[in-house]
This record gives sequence, C-alpha cells and structure tokens, in this order.
Amino acid sequence: MVHIKRLQEDGIDIIAPVGEIDASSSIELDLTIAKSVGEGFAKILVDCGALEYISSAGLGVFMSYIDEFKDKNVKMVLFGMSEKVANTFEILGLYDLLTIAPDKAEAKKKVNEV
Amino acid sequence: MKYKYKVGCSLENLQGIRDFIRTSLKNHGISELEISEMVLALDEMCSNLMIHAHDCNPNELFELEIVIDQNKPVVFEIIDDGSVFDINQFSEPSMDNLIHEKRKGGLGIRLVKSIMDSVEYGKSGNKNICRLVKRVQVN
Repeated sequence: MVHIKRLQEDGIDIIAPVGEIDASSSIELDLTIAKSVGEGFAKILVDCGALEYISSAGLGVFMSYIDEFKDKNVKMVLFGMSEKVANTFEILGLYDLLTIAPDKAEAKKKVNEV
Repeated sequence: MKYKYKVGCSLENLQGIRDFIRTSLKNHGISELEISEMVLALDEMCSNLMIHAHDCNPNELFELEIVIDQNKPVVFEIIDDGSVFDINQFSEPSMDNLIHEKRKGGLGIRLVKSIMDSVEYGKSGNKNICRLVKRVQVN
C-alpha cells in the first residue's frame, strides 16, 4: 500500500510516496509523475524518506520516464532513501541511470543545475 | 523451522506475502538488509507467478514455504500448479534496452538472480516447485 503526497516549493514539484510500492501499487507512482509532467513541471523531486519498500515495478516506473524526460528537458532527482531502499537501486546499478541525492538540499541543488 | 503461507494470485496479496517473509525471517539473527533482499526477491518471484502463470486470478492459490535451520542456507519453495515461467530460460535484456523498450519485467528477474544463490525448478506429482536458496548466517 502506498499513499503519495505532493507539494510545490519554488516551482519544484515534490512527490513523496509513503509506504510500499509493489506490482499492485506502482500505478499510483506512475499516475502521480504523469500528472506532474502534465501540469508542466520541469523540476521534480521524489522524497523517498517515507518510502519503506520498492520492487522492480516501482523502479520500472522511474526508468520508463528517462527517455521522455530527456526529450522534454524535465529533471527528476530522488532523495532521502533508507539503506534498504537504496540497496535495491544499487543492486540494479540505477545510480548511473537516475539522479539520486542524499538529502533535500542536495537534491534541490541538482535539480536546479543547468 | 518451517513456515508456510497459502495465498491467492491477486497482486493485492503481495503485501501479506512480504509481511509473512519478514515475520518468518526475523529472530534468526539474519541482518535487516539481507532480510529486505530476500523479501524483494520473493516479491518479484510471486508477482511474476501471479501475472504470468495465473493471470492474477485470486481464486488460484499457491504455497510459499520457508525452511530456516541453523548453519544452513535459507530455502524458499513456491509451490503451484500453473504453467512454469522459468527465469533461468529468460534472456536478460541489457539495461539500455530496458530503458528504451520499457521492458519492465526484466528488472525483477535481474534482482532475483543478483540476490539469490540459486533458483531451480522441479515437479512433485502435478505440482511445480520453484526452489530458491540464499546462503546467509542463521543463528
């Protein structure tokens, strides 16, 4: 079960999943990101501080936006992952494909880089 | 020690499966990080089974067994009577292809193979048994 919060700060859309993202709930994440892009946000932060678990279905959602974000010049930075969640990204080598920051301050810096 | 869980093939049940695995593995001296990896691998295997072998039909059941013994690897068995989806026969797409073709399924298989020491398929009567082994320190 996941509940996804959204809030905006300085023109940046912050998406915060709370709970566990698996094959049954990854659609929520997909819809939220799609909505953010649809509303015209070009800077998106994903606050993983309350994300307790993510399976490949959720990782696949992030990966499915890589090409689209390149084309549309949208930047997405993930931050605040627990050790367990970070480990899942590491096993697949996703640190090379996605932008991941340790905390919100670093994430904001990265999303604002030209 | 043997733990058993029987569940229908609805993706909604994945949360219950993860909770069952977490509860079974705790109190055996296995590290939190190793538990979370095994939970992840089994979640991937069970969701694959539900989707590819049972069309997510909640009335079709399968069993998950966990055997945990001191100084032995942890053994997981997934027992069902659907069609077999053998991940060892699945050729893994490169990460690059995964991005461009959006073949999300390949990610889960990559995770399972990275985490588990072995994944083997067998039969007992008309049941399929998928056996996953993970070598960890068990106390």
